Amino acid sequence: MLLSDFTVQNVAAGAALLGVTSGVLGAFAVLRGQSLLGDTLSHAALPGICLGFIIAGSRHLPSLLLGALAAGLAATLLMFLLDHYSRLKTDAILGSVLSVFFAVGVVLLTWIQGQAGTAHGGLESFLFGQAAAILRGDLLLIGSITVAALALVSLFLKELKVTVFDPVFAATLGYPVALIQAVMTMLVAVAVVVGLQLVGVVLMAAMIIAPAVGARQWVNRLEHMLLLAAVLGAVAGVSGALVSSAQRGLSTGPVVVLVACGIAFFSILFAPGRGVVWERQNRWRSSRRLRTRQLLTTMLRLSQEHSDSDYATEEGMLNAYMGLGTRRALRRLESDGLIKHVVHMPEEGSHWMLTGAGREAAERVLRELGRQ
Amino acid sequence: MIEAFFNNFELMIVLTGALVGIAATLVGSFLVLRGNSMLTDAISHSIVFGIIVVWLLTGYASGPVQVVGAVLTGLLTVWLTELVAGTRRVAYDAAIGLVFPVLFAAGVLLINLYARDVHIDQDTVLLGEIGYVWLNTVTVLGYRVPEAVLTVGAMVLVNLAFITLFFKELKLSVFDPGLAVALGFAPGVLSYVLLGLTSATAVASFDAVGAVLFIAFAIVPAAAGYLLTDRLGRMILYGCAISVASSIGGYTLAVQWDVSISAMMAACTGIFLLAAFLLGPRYGLLGRVLRSRLSSSAGGDPSSGKLAP
Repeated sequence: MLLSDFTVQNVAAGAALLGVTSGVLGAFAVLRGQSLLGDTLSHAALPGICLGFIIAGSRHLPSLLLGALAAGLAATLLMFLLDHYSRLKTDAILGSVLSVFFAVGVVLLTWIQGQAGTAHGGLESFLFGQAAAILRGDLLLIGSITVAALALVSLFLKELKVTVFDPVFAATLGYPVALIQAVMTMLVAVAVVVGLQLVGVVLMAAMIIAPAVGARQWVNRLEHMLLLAAVLGAVAGVSGALVSSAQRGLSTGPVVVLVACGIAFFSILFAPGRGVVWERQNRWRSSRRLRTRQLLTTMLRLSQEHSDSDYATEEGMLNAYMGLGTRRALRRLESDGLIKHVVHMPEEGSHWMLTGAGREAAERVLRELGRQ
Repeated sequence: MIEAFFNNFELMIVLTGALVGIAATLVGSFLVLRGNSMLTDAISHSIVFGIIVVWLLTGYASGPVQVVGAVLTGLLTVWLTELVAGTRRVAYDAAIGLVFPVLFAAGVLLINLYARDVHIDQDTVLLGEIGYVWLNTVTVLGYRVPEAVLTVGAMVLVNLAFITLFFKELKLSVFDPGLAVALGFAPGVLSYVLLGLTSATAVASFDAVGAVLFIAFAIVPAAAGYLLTDRLGRMILYGCAISVASSIGGYTLAVQWDVSISAMMAACTGIFLLAAFLLGPRYGLLGRVLRSRLSSSAGGDPSSGKLAP
């Protein structure tokens, strides 16, 4: 069995932790309209990881993650400065910080590789993620980071919520808005730190966004969204980890990301009420309803104009009034017992007249319209 | 003498870096102005997918077929992003962040499955190897010229031709898209051509600088130029000058410290951005602080931003 394999257990547990963390913490970034923050912060983590390695002298995970967090902090600070004191737009700031930090990271990485005598022990694995390299001890570390971050979120949920949705109101309540926003950005950096080992810097972007976007489609309350994002993230993580270990040669990170994005796209299409498919269907239904109501009222008015309650309307005339193709709508009305088919004069084609129920339905429609 | 020029591998590396920077800045300037910088991020990552698909289909790992494939992949990325954002269930930036990782992940998995032993390996895809450009040469008019110099040089010419021919239209579509539509300039088509050229430039630069560092060359010099001037032409010119300077400076430092050359070049663009941010003549932080000090002590108008005589 897959799950009895020790490595697979580690990877699945790590992926679940990653899913929960990035789902919950990413939700705030997505709701604040800063979806690509995760992308920038994950690339920006690379120089921090390298510095952590240089200072610790080995692949000591706590030092690496601390370095990543410090680099995230530096990147956040720099983005804040550029945002407030330069005229660059957000996207240029994100892109510049992303690429320059990453470049510095690669410089440091190659410097480490060039140093004789150091065991540079697979720092490259952080580029693409190397799930199999996760050890039990690592799990304990990223597990406690996850718990700490989630505890912070649940303790200050009210403050975070107000700041996300209405920063101005939050300021009038006396909340330290800038601080809370900075904390939310740092939380994304924390999620990045948890995920780097597993999915690597490039694909981290999607792990921040996908569970949150998926969850948003199904629910309307922040609390529900956070819970669902955690669940979706964990599902994507675990199933991705299992698929990639069942099929030899597939990296874990890309599979996890494909599952997570698959869930997001599925939700965008099919989530009840909000999904694109639902909206299409609703629109189709309401246009169909509108068409039958138009037919009924037209026929009622015609019979009133002719002062003949049994007035038979010619189908060709209805087509001319409403554009072609009234046939299907007429058949629907007929099967609902609202109109009936009559032969007025054989050579003049189909004619239709309102039944008693149809007349009532048409009058009801007109009354409703009158009220509006 | 010309032969000595092309045989000087140091010069060839610096030249390649400078050409990548110039080609990228020519298109990147417009993306920075339009607020579309992160599309370069998306495109340069997702053409990994294009490169591996084209390789699987045709067996070419570089050359014109790859450039065409990259253009198509880049446009596919943009189209998919606009499709997802067009559902209005997610913001545009979230759509970017959903689409390109999917293509990138699919590309990496295809490499995992079918291309373990070919020259397209994952590190090269992200980082490139500009130090080796002079190993891969072609003979033109009897001279051995690095292939990268030729392909990136061609992209410089194509991009230059495009923005020279359509300068007026591009300028208008950047600064007043509404008027551009009203005058019938088809900014939509123009935008797709611009992004297609960005993709082509990205794939031409791939072997040299890789996916992530291309972003630095496309955005950072242009952003620095934007902080230095208000004129579009000058902004592009400054961006190109910064690219050349970064290429030279990056090469020198990289050799000194024995680190990745392309990454050092990209890091140098960051230094120029920081310098422009702090020391820029009009928008620089330092200048603004000094001016507001001076004018408040001289009782002048702080908003005029002019130094008291």
